[in-house]
Amino acid sequence: MKQSVTVNEPKDLKAGVALKAFFSKLKIKPPKFEVKTILRKVVVPIVSILLFIGLWHMGSKALFNVEANYKIEKALTDQGQAAADATKACIASGDLSCQPNTLPSPSQVWASFNTLLADHKTISADKLAFKEKTAALNEKRIAAGKEPITYTGRPSFVDQIGTSLKTVFAGFLLALVIAVPIGIIIGLSETLRSSFNWLIQIFKPVSPVVWLLLVFMIVKTMTKDSNSDSAFIISFISVGLCAMWATLVNTAMGVATVDKDYINVAKVLKLGALQKVFKVILPSSLPLIFTGLRITLSVAWMVLIAIELLAQSPGLGSFVWEEFQNGANDSNSKIIVAMFLIGIIGFLLDRIMLVVQNAVSFNKNASA
Amino acid sequence: MIAEKSTKDTVLDQENGIVFPSKIMLDLKDLKKVYPTPKGDYVVLEDLNLQIMKEEFVTIIGHSGCGKTTMLSMIAGLNPITGGNIAVLGNPVKGPGPDRGVIFQSPSLMPWMTALQNVLLGVNRVFPHATKAQRKDIAQYYLHKVGLDGAFHKKASELSQGMQQRVGIARAFAIKPKVLLLDEPFGMLDSLTRGELQDILIEIWNKEKITAVMITHDVDEAIFLADRVVMMTSGPRAKIGDVLKIDFERPRTRKTVLEHENYYTYRKHLIDFLEH
Ligand SMILES: Nc1ncnc2c1ncn2[C@@H]1O[C@H](COP(=O)(O)OP(=O)(O)OP(=O)(O)O)[C@@H](O)[C@H]1O
Ligand SMILES: [Mg+2]
Repeated sequence: MKQSVTVNEPKDLKAGVALKAFFSKLKIKPPKFEVKTILRKVVVPIVSILLFIGLWHMGSKALFNVEANYKIEKALTDQGQAAADATKACIASGDLSCQPNTLPSPSQVWASFNTLLADHKTISADKLAFKEKTAALNEKRIAAGKEPITYTGRPSFVDQIGTSLKTVFAGFLLALVIAVPIGIIIGLSETLRSSFNWLIQIFKPVSPVVWLLLVFMIVKTMTKDSNSDSAFIISFISVGLCAMWATLVNTAMGVATVDKDYINVAKVLKLGALQKVFKVILPSSLPLIFTGLRITLSVAWMVLIAIELLAQSPGLGSFVWEEFQNGANDSNSKIIVAMFLIGIIGFLLDRIMLVVQNAVSFNKNASA
Repeated sequence: MIAEKSTKDTVLDQENGIVFPSKIMLDLKDLKKVYPTPKGDYVVLEDLNLQIMKEEFVTIIGHSGCGKTTMLSMIAGLNPITGGNIAVLGNPVKGPGPDRGVIFQSPSLMPWMTALQNVLLGVNRVFPHATKAQRKDIAQYYLHKVGLDGAFHKKASELSQGMQQRVGIARAFAIKPKVLLLDEPFGMLDSLTRGELQDILIEIWNKEKITAVMITHDVDEAIFLADRVVMMTSGPRAKIGDVLKIDFERPRTRKTVLEHENYYTYRKHLIDFLEH
């Protein structure tokens, strides 16, 4: 493609149109106009991010001022002019003990992010040191048939992310193992479909919190005298139960709506029931099944945070909750850091599923 | 056509006693089809009688919506019969089966399978006792016959319409049906591809000595391919309106057919019926 074709010169625009027509006649996709592509794919996103950060900065500044004025005012009415002046000076000096507690600014959040990373490094180093120190001892303990000593220090932020991912993955697998087979069976039989429909319709909208409580009731009793990690079990089962409905419904629909032509082919060839399911019905419903799984994974990630928070199981959810209750001066910005990371990880998980979905779909048109 | 066919029918010679009935491949008797609709029953076909002989090629023409597909899918066993009966070699049709291969209007290949796998799907089913290599040979033989030598391992979704329909033809012949049912198989193709596929179809049909029933909207196609052209009346209550015997020598070429003195008589006959 000629680089000289730009958007704003009418003469070249004409050439561009002619070229486009030429390419479309040849049924070849014309190479994209470079300038436009760069503008759309690079410049616009960067501008919008900067705009977002700018607005955020101004908003947090405004909130900061409101909160600061309120503090000074309060000091004035409660303790008089001297205290008000002291408060004002204290806020202006940047002293952490008297900063107004409100929406943190972008720079504060960035600082907290770095703090968290540094914290992670310290804790990892700690852990490693602990491991080295106890290695010999643990070997002896194991040889003697005793439990090894494990690190019981505070988990770092990165550890929390790892735990959350582990939980969401376990919940997702549970949803897959339950929903796909049931979906296939329901999809195959109209009778089953209509008899289970009410059940699905009723349970689908039930809030994660209620699932959690239900699972809690059951798991608490069942794990009473075992020392398994019941918080983890409770949260991953709840996540799985909340998130599996999309897969169940999509699988059943995919299986039930296989192209009639394929079914006719299977009939003419008199394929056996198993062959029909595995060679015709399942492959043709795979795209819908994966659409369901993709929704399931994103729902799982979304409800996970709330469930961890309530179930007191370690992970990003409890991290957020602890920071909120902690109320240290950088807690708010740590919460915002967590928010961004939750969003980014959710986005990445969705992208991974999209790639898988595209790989299994035979018409190659699944879109974001 | 009976006389003409019997000269090349070797199987029949062994069954001399019952010569006439054994020549009938398909027997449609007083066939009736009713579709229940919200506005009451809709009688598509009624009192439809048709006999098709072994190794015969019959084309069916009729106005859109008269019930051609309905009739064909009933022969295939994919559509329940309301009244009357259909017999294949004297046995009443109870459901679909590989003795009646079907080529649908859309190729209906499994898009997630390769061309070879699509053909093998049927072959594996019909020849369960053959070795893997033998089954593969059969599938490859028919794919070769339809001119798809380079495309065995291409995904069906990556093939052009014409190539997909070639696979459809290979798949249908590879299960060695007694009867091949074709519902406007070339309707969606351009005329060049259409001609090629007609030639391929006739060549394999001639070699395999099976019975073919093909619906078409194209009068020239109907004449070029058929031993007899069956004309259906317009629905509702459609039946066989007329049957035209096409007396051209086989093998035929388009040129000889077009230049034959009877060609325009046949053509006029069919068009008169359709415009009537
Ligand atoms: N499942 C069905 N339920 C009700 N009516 C139907 C059904 N299938 C077909 N019909 C009706 O029966 C009639 C015959 O349909 P059919 O598809 O057999 O026609 P056709 O001759 O194959 O038409 P075309 O040439 O357009 O393919 C049509 O009027 C159609 O609307
Ligand atoms: Mg039709």
